[in-house]
Amino acid sequence: MEIAVLISIIVSIAVSATPLLLAATGELVVERSGVLNLGVEGMMIMGAVAGFSVAQATGNPHWGAFGAVIVGALFSQLFAFLVLTLVTNQVATGLALTILGLGLSGMIGEGFVGQPGIKLENFNIPILSDLPVIGPLLFSLDAIFYASIALVLAVWWFLFRTKTGLMVRGVGDSHSSAHALGIPVIRVRYLAIAFGGACAGLAGAHLSLVQVPQWTEGMTSGRGWIALALVVFASWRPGRVLIGAYLFGAVTIAQFHAQASGVPIPPQFLASLPYLATIIVLVLIARNRRLTMMNTPAALGQPFVPDR
Amino acid sequence: MVTEPKTEPPLLETRAITKVFGTLKANDAVDFAIQRGEIHALLGENGAGKSTLVKILFGSLQPTEGQVFWNGKPISIGSPSQARELGIGMVFQHFSLFEALTVAENIALSFQSDLSLSQVAEKARTLSQTYGLPLDPDALVGDLAAGQRQRIEIIRVLMQDPQLIILDEPTSVLTPQEADTLFETLFRLRDEGRSILYISHRLEEVQRLCTAATIMRHGKVVDACDPRQETAGSLASKMVGAEIASIRQSSTASHGKVLLQVTNLSQAAATPFAVALKDISLEARAGEVIAIAGIAGNGQGEFFSALSGETLSTTPATIRLLGQDVGHLGISARRKLKTAFIPEERLGHGAVPGLALSDNLLLARHASDRQDLLNLGHVAVVAKGKVAQFANRVIEAMDVRKSAPNPPAGALSGGNLQKFIVGRELDRKPKVLVVSQPTWGVDAGAASHIRQALLDLAASGSAVVVISQDLDEIFEIADRIAVMADGWLTTPVAASEMTRERVGLLMAGHGKAVAA
Amino acid sequence: MKLVLEKRVTSSTLLALTSPFIALALTLVAGAIMFAMLGKPPIASLITYFVDPLTDPWSREQIIVKATPLILIAVGLSVCFRSGNWNIGAEGQYLMGGLFGAMLPVMLHGWTSPLLLPLAIIFGMAGGALYAFIPAVLKARFGTNEILSSLMLVYIAQQVVDWVVRGPWRNPQGMGFPGTKTFTDNAILPPLWANADAHYGTVFAIIAAIVVWFALARTLKGFEITVLGQSPKAGRFAGFSAAKMTIFAFLVSGALAGLAGISEVSGSVEKLDDKLSLGYGFSAIIVAFLGRLNPLGIIAAGLILALSFIGGENAQIMMGVSDRAARVFQGLLLFFVLACDTLIHYRIKWVAQPRSVSKQSHRPHTPSTSSSDQQKEGSITAMGRGSGMSMN
Repeated sequence: MEIAVLISIIVSIAVSATPLLLAATGELVVERSGVLNLGVEGMMIMGAVAGFSVAQATGNPHWGAFGAVIVGALFSQLFAFLVLTLVTNQVATGLALTILGLGLSGMIGEGFVGQPGIKLENFNIPILSDLPVIGPLLFSLDAIFYASIALVLAVWWFLFRTKTGLMVRGVGDSHSSAHALGIPVIRVRYLAIAFGGACAGLAGAHLSLVQVPQWTEGMTSGRGWIALALVVFASWRPGRVLIGAYLFGAVTIAQFHAQASGVPIPPQFLASLPYLATIIVLVLIARNRRLTMMNTPAALGQPFVPDR
Repeated sequence: MVTEPKTEPPLLETRAITKVFGTLKANDAVDFAIQRGEIHALLGENGAGKSTLVKILFGSLQPTEGQVFWNGKPISIGSPSQARELGIGMVFQHFSLFEALTVAENIALSFQSDLSLSQVAEKARTLSQTYGLPLDPDALVGDLAAGQRQRIEIIRVLMQDPQLIILDEPTSVLTPQEADTLFETLFRLRDEGRSILYISHRLEEVQRLCTAATIMRHGKVVDACDPRQETAGSLASKMVGAEIASIRQSSTASHGKVLLQVTNLSQAAATPFAVALKDISLEARAGEVIAIAGIAGNGQGEFFSALSGETLSTTPATIRLLGQDVGHLGISARRKLKTAFIPEERLGHGAVPGLALSDNLLLARHASDRQDLLNLGHVAVVAKGKVAQFANRVIEAMDVRKSAPNPPAGALSGGNLQKFIVGRELDRKPKVLVVSQPTWGVDAGAASHIRQALLDLAASGSAVVVISQDLDEIFEIADRIAVMADGWLTTPVAASEMTRERVGLLMAGHGKAVAA
Repeated sequence: MKLVLEKRVTSSTLLALTSPFIALALTLVAGAIMFAMLGKPPIASLITYFVDPLTDPWSREQIIVKATPLILIAVGLSVCFRSGNWNIGAEGQYLMGGLFGAMLPVMLHGWTSPLLLPLAIIFGMAGGALYAFIPAVLKARFGTNEILSSLMLVYIAQQVVDWVVRGPWRNPQGMGFPGTKTFTDNAILPPLWANADAHYGTVFAIIAAIVVWFALARTLKGFEITVLGQSPKAGRFAGFSAAKMTIFAFLVSGALAGLAGISEVSGSVEKLDDKLSLGYGFSAIIVAFLGRLNPLGIIAAGLILALSFIGGENAQIMMGVSDRAARVFQGLLLFFVLACDTLIHYRIKWVAQPRSVSKQSHRPHTPSTSSSDQQKEGSITAMGRGSGMSMN
């Protein structure tokens, strides 16, 4: 019995960590290429509404997840066009993407409010899911969870073991050097931003198809921003994003359990905890300037105008 | 075309290359040719059009008109990677390196191949041994000194077995001894039958290395010659088009009292990429020019900030200006003590590119000329008319050429902006002037104007500290020379007792030994 | 075809003035397309949205009421953004302004002193400023990213206000609804004219805009703000402290957001309740950019954004268009404003370009063909280089 409770807690942490992990991993690649996209929240909520509506239309939540990936990637290209082609300010443009995403998703999803969603069912991996303890823990969760874990490994391998990944890191370190060497800086960044958008879209789908299975306006409630903070916390390393996302998942779950068990603390304070934790983490990371400076992609947020 | 001689065509030739930027003709009908196995100099002042031509040859820019020939065949070089495919390699003046990546990763990024990272590292190691360019493939570039970084660029080029290697001002970051080593490598490459296009404004080097030279001025080729048949003076006048007024060295009059005094200044590195300052002591007296030589990145930037007050010291007495302890005072307080500062970086440090010249005057003068430039009431309101008047005085005094009455700083050419920034400080008649790289990237005319102004200031009884990488400049204007290496500063020695060789050894970090 | 940017020799003054209008026009075009896609008559919808509210006195007044907090907050943001400080937590500072401002009117309910209103306003400004001080000091002291910390504080402020109006300050006679007691008359910001919804907050907004405009344009402090925003290193060379500026800008911005909060609480709602957070802090970001970070421009921009809010309500009633459409408009507007700013510094050109550049390198070129490349001379290709450089 004890073990069963523990397993259910760990599973709920995984469920709450998965969207953070996905969005942060996508943003990590974007930032590694030297672009700061503050539109994660907007792309995520667009993914959530797209996932929900496609699932409703097709009756298949897997199509919903797929639709969220596409919508997230397409939506990110609006940002990409402005910051890469029109060389607009990345901070302001990212904010614009978030504001637009929140508004647009609210309008698109207006008819879905209150409708029951279609849950993406857990997928039991044959044989492995029958293993005691680790079976239910690791091998009978939803497909997006598996995708999130695979994605972190793939991103790590891509960035640090492939030449194209090296190119992404190079572009993020010095776009002028990369340009001088003939690396297509702008194209690399367009693709990185599309990847980040796709990941954020999938993260949103996880909210509207797995976590809550329904649509509520503004349902991302700051998760996109927490994902951004996680990238800083992880000092731009995929493995640390994984750790960070699960730590935050744990904080969220602890907060829910505290509320449910009737701890004599106002629920509003408990609900503030993940946000407070984010600020504390940001302060602790920033204090270690050496770590931050050594790892921050040097070109992050810098406008790039190739001379020609 | 039909009557072309039967001899082998040049490796690379340009015919009537023209490149227009807006209204400016950066290259105007440029014809030139490089033969195989030749070290060919491309000479010219800053802004003569050398860089534009080289970028066209390397595919970074496309010509507006004209044609490039490779082995006698007309070609168009659409991008740097096409240039590399042809067999053209380039070592940039400003390195195209990634500081956060390793040497091997930097090399791997510079060309397209199926080699794995470890194979790249292995090949780089072999090449570095063959050509006498030692390098550790696993080192982070951010930790390397300029000379080592240049080796990465050269090995990058050699990885692709090029027929033509272009080097843009390669010795500007090297000690004289490092430069000698580079020349050995270049001779070896030439002897293998490769061609080298050597861009420089250092005439002695060109005479030592090159058997042919093309001289550019205002975007045009003005002469082609064999530099060994010329004198440095004749080459210089071809480059500049006129005799440059030679600088009048101030008499070695006895120097006055100490105006700037630095005592045992030590400072930890503020960031992972910064250099720590180690026990620096220096005195600058009224009437003298002290030069601080050294390769960039050895603590000059940190030393400048410590002198200017952009970084503060906890012990006030480490820096004294006009007899006052100022180590703990910020730049505004130090300026009020009749001290002036000119940083190395013009845009984004000495001036804000997007702001008008008058605003950029206010930038450095609002504290020292508070009474004149501000209407002081409850709030300090900028006296725009007065600021403009001051700015115009500087513009006139320094002969700053500009296209509009009060243009943004970023719209000026490097030389004209530098004249403005220098003039902005000289206009105050400072008792102490600290200036970093006063003529970096400035054309010869403006450079001589600026150097003369520094000498005149010293002659009027001020102390001038010049931080410079340019040994020619240092030997031209300094009364005493100190050398900075790895955060140490040697004791200054009278310029008459210094030689280039000795400065070179000190620059390479033999400072403590020699000074002791 | 390929989009190419060409740097202007000097930035265009004409476009600097007209770019917000171009952005507005483009937003209207995009809006018309959106309405058409929703099956509504585009022109009629736009008229309902952006013209009808102007013809009706009640709507005109509502525009002023809505514009007031937007202008106040955006004027403060202009100081932050110009100095390079990304305060995007104005919504939280606005909420804290409302909360702190409500402190005396709620806790000393029934205190008849005429000092109550001025004190409430001062408390409101102090509350906003204090809340803005948190991300400011974290940035100045530790280098903590102010974008994320100020934004996280919005979520926390929402929870705190929610707790206060449901918990300690809840009106016992409120029939269970969250919210404090209604303020006594001496704590209420007077209306601009008898029985008006518009209150003196509007006067504060206009005074704030004029004062900040003068400070930015004419004073040494304004110069300091501009210099540090454009080049921190040059700012340090000028003897200005970026850390102190961060604190200053956040305090000014927080105080103005707080003033907006207490003005809204005291002038419009007349109590603190759980509906104070309407996203003004975020919409004000759009106002600040639409006004090109110029406080006088911000007055106009605030009115335009308020018009879109009122028009949105109008359109919902008249034609059943979702009131969320207003938010979409605002998002689009910010996109177009940012895009149009590019026009000030660059010329935009479409350039025909063959895709297979790499193939040509091995073919002999005649001079006349190579001159077909002329069109892109001196320009910046923005969509990446020709396919001559492959991704690998």
